[in-house]
Order: sequence, then structure tokens, then C-alpha cells
Amino acid sequence: MMRGMIMISETNSFTEKFDLLGCIQCGRCTGGCPVTVRADLNVRRFVYDAYNEEKLDELARLAEIWDCTTCNTCAVRCPKGLKPLEVLLALRSMVVESGKVEPTVRDALQSVLLEGNPWEKPRAIRCDWMDGLDVKMAEPGVPVENLFFVCCTIAYDPRLQIIARNMVRILNKLDLDYGFIGTDETCCGSEVRTLGEEGLFEMLIEDNTELLNSFEAKRIVAFSPHCFSVFNTYYPDLKSEVIHYTQLFDELVGENKIPWRGELQKKVVYHDPCYLGKLSGVYDEPRSVLQKIPGVELLEFDRCRERSLCCEGSGGKMWVESHSKKERLAETRIKDARALGADIVAVSCPFCLLTLEDALKGLGFEEEMRVAEIMELLGEVVEE
Amino acid sequence: MTDKPRIGLYVCHCGINISATVDVDAVAKYAQNLPNVHVARTYSYMCSEPGQALIKKDIREQGLNRVIVASCSPRMHEKTFRKAVQEEGLNPYFLEIANIREQCSWVHEDMTEGTAKAKKLVASAVAKVRLLEPLESTEVDAEPAALIIGAGIAGIQAALDIADAGFKVYLVEKSPSIGGRMAQLDKTFPTLDCSACILTPKMVDCASHPNIELLTYAKVEEVDGFVGNFTIKVRKKARYVDVDKCTGCGECAKACRLANRITSEFDEGMGKRSAIYMPFPQAVPAKYTIDPENCLMLTRGKCGKGPKCEEACQAGAINFEQQDEIVEFKVGAIIVATGFDTFDASRKPEYGYSNYPNVITGMEMERLVSSSGPTGGDIKVFNGEEEIVPKEIAFIKCVGSRDASVGNEYCSRVCCMYTAKQAHLLREKIPDAKIRVYYIDVRAFGKGYEEFYDRVRRENVRYIRGNPSEIFKRGKKLVVKVEDTLTATPLEDEVDMVVLAVGLEPRADMREVMDLLRLSQSGDKFFMEAHPKLRPVDTATDGVFLAGCCQGPKDIPDTVAQAKGAAASAMVPLASGKVTINAQVATVNEATCRGCGYCVSVCPYSAIELVTVNRFGHELEVARVNEALCKGCGSCSSVCLSDSIQPKSFRDRQILPQIAALGGTR
Ligand SMILES: Cc1cc2nc3c(=O)[nH]c(=O)nc-3n(C[C@H](O)[C@H](O)[C@H](O)COP(=O)(O)OP(=O)(O)OC[C@H]3O[C@@H](n4cnc5c(N)ncnc54)[C@H](O)[C@@H]3O)c2cc1C
Ligand code: SF4
Ligand code: SF4
Repeated sequence: MMRGMIMISETNSFTEKFDLLGCIQCGRCTGGCPVTVRADLNVRRFVYDAYNEEKLDELARLAEIWDCTTCNTCAVRCPKGLKPLEVLLALRSMVVESGKVEPTVRDALQSVLLEGNPWEKPRAIRCDWMDGLDVKMAEPGVPVENLFFVCCTIAYDPRLQIIARNMVRILNKLDLDYGFIGTDETCCGSEVRTLGEEGLFEMLIEDNTELLNSFEAKRIVAFSPHCFSVFNTYYPDLKSEVIHYTQLFDELVGENKIPWRGELQKKVVYHDPCYLGKLSGVYDEPRSVLQKIPGVELLEFDRCRERSLCCEGSGGKMWVESHSKKERLAETRIKDARALGADIVAVSCPFCLLTLEDALKGLGFEEEMRVAEIMELLGEVVEE
Repeated sequence: MTDKPRIGLYVCHCGINISATVDVDAVAKYAQNLPNVHVARTYSYMCSEPGQALIKKDIREQGLNRVIVASCSPRMHEKTFRKAVQEEGLNPYFLEIANIREQCSWVHEDMTEGTAKAKKLVASAVAKVRLLEPLESTEVDAEPAALIIGAGIAGIQAALDIADAGFKVYLVEKSPSIGGRMAQLDKTFPTLDCSACILTPKMVDCASHPNIELLTYAKVEEVDGFVGNFTIKVRKKARYVDVDKCTGCGECAKACRLANRITSEFDEGMGKRSAIYMPFPQAVPAKYTIDPENCLMLTRGKCGKGPKCEEACQAGAINFEQQDEIVEFKVGAIIVATGFDTFDASRKPEYGYSNYPNVITGMEMERLVSSSGPTGGDIKVFNGEEEIVPKEIAFIKCVGSRDASVGNEYCSRVCCMYTAKQAHLLREKIPDAKIRVYYIDVRAFGKGYEEFYDRVRRENVRYIRGNPSEIFKRGKKLVVKVEDTLTATPLEDEVDMVVLAVGLEPRADMREVMDLLRLSQSGDKFFMEAHPKLRPVDTATDGVFLAGCCQGPKDIPDTVAQAKGAAASAMVPLASGKVTINAQVATVNEATCRGCGYCVSVCPYSAIELVTVNRFGHELEVARVNEALCKGCGSCSSVCLSDSIQPKSFRDRQILPQIAALGGTR
């Protein structure tokens, strides 16, 4: 590797790619890593050890490389600009390449390849959530202001489909030029990337870029922070701007466009999804939407915004079981919300919804409180 | 040029620096055959005494009238050789340097290539030296006075040194009192002297020194001229208090309707003051000032039935009609000593500085431990529920330093030591406290520093290697999320108080001074010195010097040392009473100049202006060069459309043959 005038010898591919020599072993990455309270992962040690080429295979065999939730805390805290989690993802790639992955992971990746979603559901039923709704479809070559990109999880999971359905109901009340993609819509690849399937991820980038560019969209509105973040970070050739739907709704409530029907007399606490907050710096818009809902009293977690606690929903965790017996972070989160006296934990991410709701049920708090996506809440207070 | 050129050419080995990659003998032999070259020799170190003697002897004995030294960069030894030829009666500007070290031997590995290039460089010097013209440098008188901007310990020390040497000093300070950051400190590492005890006498000396004129609550507004001859305009802001009458008794502040209502800057926002105030008891001058942003009278034109301060002042010093005052004077040199800002901890939101009152900065800690501070030196903090004496205390180092995520890659140099100092002071005040210091590296490089660090650790201050990543709350405790990197153990350390060792940053308002004096910033955004090693107190602007933390983070010993250095350098023109003006300046051919002014707009030293001349009864504008400001950089000539402005020694007719020789294929 060349650094200025000096040739640096004896470095491996990891050293250069991840700037391992830039590390000062300060420990901020591991210090900030949320999963250390329940898993063995020490990401700093991986940054340190990956310097040894001979050690890479051994490192790739360690179970804890699958503990990372890709919350990105290590990367935002690193004072030297490293992205420690990428070392873990590269090790995952080595495992994926060798084919020795868990069957759940293998099946999810296979499903993305064949059906364009990780949930092993046929492509043909991707739009079943639209049944009974009058949905405007976008057409290639025809200009459209807002092109909606529905996350696979929202499209297929019966618990989450309400997010997309509420969206269409509200959009149809507004004077807004929009369009949906239909069954051609394909996984954004965010979780494919975190599972270490680099080749498939590259293929998705190519195919999706072509598909999305075929619509003359002014901007793409992503339902999930994961699609939003991955489009903005890994799709350099996308022609349209990509925003998260909470940013669109922040505009709409700001312009008083929303036809409120009722009130939501509830105490609501907002949980920042890592991919919207730490990865993308979107903190204010979801809050401002919630604040505008009539009746809502907005609370804040102590650990909010830049210090928000990860729910452990990402990083492939949907397909890799954690073996830790310690309290799940989602449970910590729900307990904190209960201590605050919140009636509702509002989220703006499908994974956060699933993990937090699961935790809430596990703790038996269903009677007292609930977890809801912002779109669900909007559906409850906007004119039928 | 009357005489036929007789050139002496000297190729230096520079030990093996040059001779390892350039065949110096071959170069000399080659040069021997170049036109007008009379002698060509090589020598191991041309800059040495015998090396210079060689040149001198040849000038004497062989009647040389031009000299070329093929050696290192002209930045190194051009002056040395100029002086040598001048001593033999030759015009010093009849010397040319061919840089065959930095531009040749150091960048080539192959002897054949290196030698070939050295030959070209030598040939190009020959082509030019024949065409040089004799130049004379001129001298102008220097004003025996200095301006110092900023009166922290750096400005104070420099002022005292210059004033003691018998020169007039104008010491301009922005805030109502001199003293700077040092006045806010409690004790100082590593010797634990009380900061006020060592600083106050110097402040008082400044005020009483017959050669120092203090201009506090003031701002430099204009700087004109050049080294030796600067004209300065300073605005003294209205204090709304007649300083000649004010006795500093403080009755006004007690009476003020806003007493204890305004946040005290001096106490880092932890204490309160009145709208009429003296920043701290030992302030110099010991005069009161009305804060125009808060005073009811000044903001609303009304203060109850009448201003209480006016009522309380026996001396009749309050004057709401007072106006700003403009002061003008001349100086020969300027020292910039504007200091630093501390890093704003809210820029690292993960530490919760904006969320928790018991997360404080190192500067706040200084005020908290100070017996003149807002708590009288009692260590008490509010934990969100109640005021407590903290028993579990964590220090976090490197906050805002060595951190690319906030754009500060440098080490702030003082935080390691002030943390050790504060840990020691806390240990004194709360003997049973559990104190830990979270660190990445401990940098204890100064005199007595490692010894102090040793002492503090043995006072049961636990140093844990790991830089915390996050702070949040659990019940009444703060949780510090950190990894003990020596044992690879992630921790959630529960504490009552966190002290953030915030780093030092360039002042947010440094632009004002930068623009006034045409200074530049180095990579760390502090003011840039002329050379990091050899001219550490000089700037690119002649006659302007730097002292203290405005040039980079440093502790008090280094600040004082640099201030003394800057004072000594600033006194060079003052003491000699003369400044030499560079001879290689740009000249204008007024007959062809069209007055377009392109040169004026590109000159980085503002050395050119357009003047009106009368030519055959027509008024027209032409460019004119202020030779004292011109550095001969040639920017002007590169944009001139009519080739009318050209730097002496670098005229087109001198450098085009030089360039042609470089491109030659011989
Ligand atoms: C928390 C903390 C603790 C420290 N403890 C120690 C210690 O124990 N021992 C030690 O050796 N060092 C210590 N230091 C370092 C010490 O504070 C500095 O070395 C010293 O203050 C530098 O002095 P200065 O004069 O360069 O700058 P400053 O003290 O910042 O003074 C600059 C002055 O210039 C004025 N000014 C700025 N701009 C203008 C302008 N445009 N016009 C007019 N005036 C202007 C300012 O108002 C100020 O008065 C500590 C630093 C910190 C942050
Ligand atoms: S935070 Fe960055 S510099 Fe610090 S140990 Fe981790 S990777 Fe290294
Ligand atoms: S991304 Fe999050 S979970 Fe993964 S190593 Fe970094 S901090 Fe830990």
C-alpha cells in the first residue's frame, strides 16, 4: 500500500480496506457497542486482530461476528474515521463465500435471489397488501413526483401491511402526485449486505438502479429506514433523491395538508431507529410529525437521538438467533418506556416494530401499552 | 551591464546529500564549457567557512563578477552566499542558486538521471545570472512601539518584556479585564501554584508600567502600513462608566436590579453577576462595566424609576451617554496573542453534556474547585434531583481532541495534565471519593509532568485505559459506557459526576484578526507560523508575530516562553530603529501600464494600488507598488496583460532564457 511517499509492506487486504492502522485502540467502538451488555462481541479486538492475515479464518469462525446489529454506533464514535463493523461484515462474507452459513440465512439469501424478498414468499403476491385499495401505480417513463418503495417486510408481513395500507388511504385524500412500483419491486439489499452476501448485494444494486431509474421519479419515498439508508449510501447511480416517509409527512403536516379526524389522547415516546438516526441523522422529522397529531403528548427516552439504544432488529438478526440469555435490548427499551409512563412506543421502522412488540408481549405489558408505527397512528386520526 | 560576465560556478557535495545521486565532478566539468563560465569547482560543504573562502578568493583573484552556487534550496543559504559575495565588493544580487538538492538529488535515485538534471539546472542558472541587474536594498525608520492584541498570559508577558526594554506598548484586550483564561484557573500544574497568585502581580505590573498603555474592552479596527510603520485604529467600546471616576467599590453591582440574574462568563455559566460588573475581583483595570446586552437602561431606555447603579455610585461615575472612542497610533511591530476557545462539549452529544447538569467540562471544574468560584470551592453538583457531593467521579480525556469525527485531529496538549491536577484537587477536597480517569494515552511530556502524574496516581486516582463512548442515566447515577481496553472488558460505570477534559480550539472570532493582518491558518486552523521549527513566532506578514495558544494549544510554561520569543523578535526592528526593504520587488513600467488593476486584485500582500498620473495633460490610472509590502512573489506579473509589472531579478527577459535552458536538449 502507498501512503504518501512511503511503501508500506506486509499488509493484508483488510488492513488497507478498513484502515486498520488508523486505529488507536481507544475502545470507543466497543465502549459504545450496545450488544456488549449481552453478547461476547468486542469489535475493537477484531479491528486489532484482523491485521494478521493468518488469523482471518479463525476470526471468521467466531460466533460473535453474528452478534453485530449494524447499528453503526462504533463507526460514528470512532475518532479516527474507521468503520469497525465493516470488519465483522467482511468476516461474514468469508463465511458466506465458504457456504458454511446457518440454513435460515441461506434460505433468506436464496429467496432474495429467486423471489426478490428474504421472506421466502413468491414475487407474485408482493402486492397482495393492496387488495381492496385504489392504488396509483407508477409507469416507466412517466414522470412522477413521489415514487414509493415498500420494504419487503412491510409488503409481506400481515402485521406490517397496515403501514402501506394506511399510507395509500391517506395519500388518496391528498392532492399529491404519487405512484407505487408493483411486483417488480425488489429487496433493497440492506440485510443482504449485513449478512455478508457481497455478490448478491452488488447484483441488487445494479438491477434496482435500472428499475428505479426507469421511472421518471422526482424522488423516491422509502417506507423503511433500511431501504432509505442503503439507497443513499450504496446506490451512487440513482437519479432520484431518496427520502424517508417521515420526511415527506413532516412536509405535509407543516403545510397543514393532513385532514385530522380525531385525537390521540396518549403519551407517546419515540424510539429512534439506528438506520434513520445514527446512520442518517434524521431525528427531528418523525418527532415533529408525532407532535402534530392532535392530543399526543410526546415523551423522550433518556437514551434518545444520538444516544438511542438499538433494538437489535438489524444486521441479519431476523435470521440469526442470539444465544444470550441476558435481557434483550428491546426489553430494556420497553421497560424504560413503561417507567416513563408511555402508552405508546412509536417507531418508524418495520424491524423496530417487530422486535419491540415481541419484547412487550414477552414482558406481558400488552394491557398497559403498545408499540405502533407512526403510519399506524396517523391512520387512526386521519379522516376515513 | 558594462563588464562582460565572468562567472564562477561552485557545485556542492553537501556531504553525500548531493554527491550520492549527482556526479558533482561531471557537473562542474560540464559547466566549465558553458558560456561566460570562468571557473567551476566542487567542494564538500560550500556553506562552510572554507567553502565561502573559496568563492571570495576567486572573486578577488580571478575578477569574477557573477557567482552561481549549485547546492541546496535558496531558502537555506541564499543569504549566506549573498553576504559572502558582498564582502568582496560584488553586488549581492549578482548571485544565483541552482537548487540541485531538494529539486534534484533528494528526489532522484539514479545517478545518471540525477547528474543529467543537475546539469540542466546549472545551465539554466548560467543563462540567468548573466542577465541579472545590480539591486540595492533600502532602509526605512521603524516606530519604536508595539501593538499586542489579546491580554492573556501571552500578551501580558510579551508586553512586560517589550516595555521593560524601554519601548512603548499598546496592549489591546477585548474583554473588560486583562488576564485571559489563566485568570479562570484555580491552581496550575505541575507545581500547583495558585493561578491568581502568580498572574495578578503581572496584571498589576501591566497597569502601572509607564510604557504600557492598556486598551481594555477594545478592538483593533484597522491596520495599515508595513513592518516598522503600522498605523493602528482601535475602538474602545463604551463602558458607560467613567473609568477616571470609578473607584471599583462595587456598590453599583450590589444595587443593580439585575444583581445575581445574569450568567457570569468568567464562572463558565455556573455563577451569576449583575448587569454592571467587574468580571472577577482581581480584574485589571479594577473598573466596572455595564453590559449593554442586558442592562435595562440600555436595552429598554428605562430601569424602574431610575437606574439603581447611578443612585448607588458615590463617585458619580455612571454615564449612560458615553460613546465608543477611537484611538489612533503608530507601531513598528505587532504581536497577536488572542488565545483559544475551549471545545464545545455539546458537539459530542453522546456525552450528554446538554442533558445532565452533573456532566461538566474541565473549565467548569476549574471554577468549581476555586475558592473564588460560584460555590466558594465546595464540590457540589445537581444530579437532576438534588444537590450532592459527588463520591464517584469519572474524568474523560480527549474530548474534542484527536478526534476526526469533530474535525480536530490534533492533541490539545494540556488536558492530560489539567485532568491530573483536577483529580488531585478533588482528592484533597473529597478524601473518600472514588476517582477514575478514562484515557487513551497519558501525555506527560513537560518538566515535572511525569512526576506529577506519578504522584496523582498514587493518591488513589484510578487510571483506566479506554475512552468512553456514551453517557446515560440510571436512577440518580450517570452511566459511563466504556471499554477497559487493557482487560478487554466492556463496562457500565455508575458515577455521580463526569468531568469532560475538553480540548483547545482556535477562537471562533479569529477571522477578524486574520483579515486585519493577512494571517493564514495551519491545518489545525490555529494561526500559522512562518516555519514550524525555525520561525515559530513569526508569520508570513513581516513585523507580525504570534504568541500563546492562538498559534496552537500549549500550557502556561510554553505560552510564556513563546511570548518572550515573540517579544524578542518584535524588538528587532524597534531596537535597530530601521527595517530593510526587500530589493527584489515588483516594478511598474508606467508608460505601458493600462491601469486595469488585475495586479491589484491578485496581490496577496495588498502591495499594489492604482494611482492617478498626468500624462501629456491626460489624467490616467497606473499601478504603483508599495516596496515595503511587496514580497516579489510575481503574482502580479503573471496576470498583467501588457507585461508592465515585473519583479526585479525575475523579469521576463531574465527568466525566459533560464526556462529555455531547462528545456534544452544538450
Ligand atoms: C481547563 C483548563 C485548565 C488549564 N490548566 C492549566 C494549568 O494548570 N497549567 C498550565 O500550564 N496551563 C493550563 N491550561 C492552559 C492555559 O490556560 C493556557 O496555556 C493559557 O491560558 C494560554 O494563554 P494565552 O494568553 O495564549 O490565551 P488566553 O488565556 O485565551 O488569552 C487570550 C486573550 O486574548 C483576548 N482576545 C482574544 N481575541 C481578541 C481580539 N480580537 N482582540 C483583543 N483581545 C482578544 C481574550 O479575551 C483573552 O483575554 C489550562 C487550560 C484549560 C482549558
Ligand atoms: S473507536 Fe476506532 S480508533 Fe478507537 S478502538 Fe475502535 S476502531 Fe480503533
Ligand atoms: S455496529 Fe453496533 S452492534 Fe455492530 S459492532 Fe458496531 S456498535 Fe456493535
